[in-house]
Amino acid sequence: MPFHAQLIALQTILIKETLRFLRIWIQTILPPAVTTALYFIIFGELIGAQLGPVEGLSYTQFIAPGLIMMAVITNAYSNVVSSFFSAKFQRHIEEMLVSPLPNFIIVLGFVGGGLARGLVVGLAVIITSLFFADLHWQHPLITLAVIVLTAVLFALAGLINGIYAKSFDDISVVPTFVLTPLIYLGGIFYSIQMLPPFWQDVSLLNPILYMINAFRFGILGVSDIDIRLAFAIIGLFIATLFGYSLWLLHRGTGIRS
Amino acid sequence: MTLPALTLRNLCKTYANGFEALRGIDLDVAEGEFFALLGPNGAGKSTTIGIICSLVRKTGGQAHIFGHDLDTELSAAKRCIGLVPQEFNFNQFEPVAEIVMNQAGYYGLPRELARQRAEIYLKQLGLWDKRQQIARELSGGMKRRLMIARALVHEPKLLILDEPTAGVDIEIRRSMWEFLRDINARGVTIILTTHYLEEAESLCRHIAIINQGTIIENTGMQELLNRLHLETFVLNLQYPLWETPDLPGYPVRRLNDLTLEVDVAREPGINALFQQLSTQGILVSSLRNKANRLEELFLSLVEKSDDTTL
Repeated sequence: MPFHAQLIALQTILIKETLRFLRIWIQTILPPAVTTALYFIIFGELIGAQLGPVEGLSYTQFIAPGLIMMAVITNAYSNVVSSFFSAKFQRHIEEMLVSPLPNFIIVLGFVGGGLARGLVVGLAVIITSLFFADLHWQHPLITLAVIVLTAVLFALAGLINGIYAKSFDDISVVPTFVLTPLIYLGGIFYSIQMLPPFWQDVSLLNPILYMINAFRFGILGVSDIDIRLAFAIIGLFIATLFGYSLWLLHRGTGIRS
Repeated sequence: MTLPALTLRNLCKTYANGFEALRGIDLDVAEGEFFALLGPNGAGKSTTIGIICSLVRKTGGQAHIFGHDLDTELSAAKRCIGLVPQEFNFNQFEPVAEIVMNQAGYYGLPRELARQRAEIYLKQLGLWDKRQQIARELSGGMKRRLMIARALVHEPKLLILDEPTAGVDIEIRRSMWEFLRDINARGVTIILTTHYLEEAESLCRHIAIINQGTIIENTGMQELLNRLHLETFVLNLQYPLWETPDLPGYPVRRLNDLTLEVDVAREPGINALFQQLSTQGILVSSLRNKANRLEELFLSLVEKSDDTTL
């Protein structure tokens, strides 16, 4: 397929995927903004007011980057896993499979859709956050890079989940039992410095910790970890998951007999 | 010299559970052909189509689409094919025009060209008024036509239709036949699978019958029909008959006072039958084949094939 045709095909999938979640914005964009507002009211204003500063920041300020990142991660992931599984379930994935689309365009298209939803929801949550917390935007480029790369990473993870999924249960198991605990234990609501040394070491095995801290560094200039390590980990995960998803599509896992 | 639209050589498919769906199929479809691929349920038709459209992985053999090897020139081969599958496989929640335009996009057609093509084919298939409608709100017949429009939007040289008129009412079926004849006349090679043998007889010039994963017949439609030695006709009479007439050479049954059923062999043929009826003063107002001619042949060929494999 010529390069120009590949670009058109990619654009087609991106438009299709973006329109998909925009059409149902009440289900996709509004809930994270409402949930984040509730987190700020309950944890930030009511409980956080009882706590002292964390790493020199008000508790509301401290939790804001984590809440934004949580919304980005879950939405980038769920957008791709539900879209890809739905395409398999309704069999319209066959529209792509019978066409000359290369597999990497399919991956980029779905991941682009996940990225778009992650960014749109991220923006909605950032706007919500501004009503509750004073965000400084210390390193805007780092902030942008972390949010984009993290959305890409979890969109890829969602795609792989979607490829393997055989039922609706399969697309909710990973987000519920793997992703959510990792996010909550990734230092949204606390600094790992507050943990005993053993649990600090255990926390360092959680990749989401690095993303949340890198994002917090970008906005507030504080982090529990070295952000160079965070970028290296995100990059490694993206490369691995991208290669793995291409391999799965090449094998036809879950999509070809 | 023109390339054949489709060439299959020793095509095999064994599924992971050990089921041997195709047992070395050889098939050639000439460019411009209107080709029927028939067979009972589970015979291997959909597997064959799945392999040609790269939805199913073959386990052996070769397939060429207009000379493009599926193993080495997959992208070029795919460009030549448009598929209308048996089951609805579009996003039920998308508007009609978007489904067609997106398919064009997957083939690399610029958006404006995609829009123009979508307009052309949706108009030809009577769906232009429904272009903004969500696909799941369409009737069954409209959904089938939507899949045809989608399959044609990149203007393939080979159109594969897997039971395209299943569940469609007679009027729409006839209009779809006209449309397909027109597409074929414009040079598009068509491969059709159907359970309506009348459809195959009416549309196709060549026929292959597949049973238990092997091709048991592959010939011209007329050649096949010529093999039919005996046909049963139902005669509607102008005046009532109170007893079964004696028509030498023609086994006859009186179904009711105004209807006879007669078996007519190729020799002496139907003209001699009418001479006898006329001699006896029996006037016929109309007649029809009791069963579809192709149906009779199809059943006898499949039964014969089943017997030889038992």
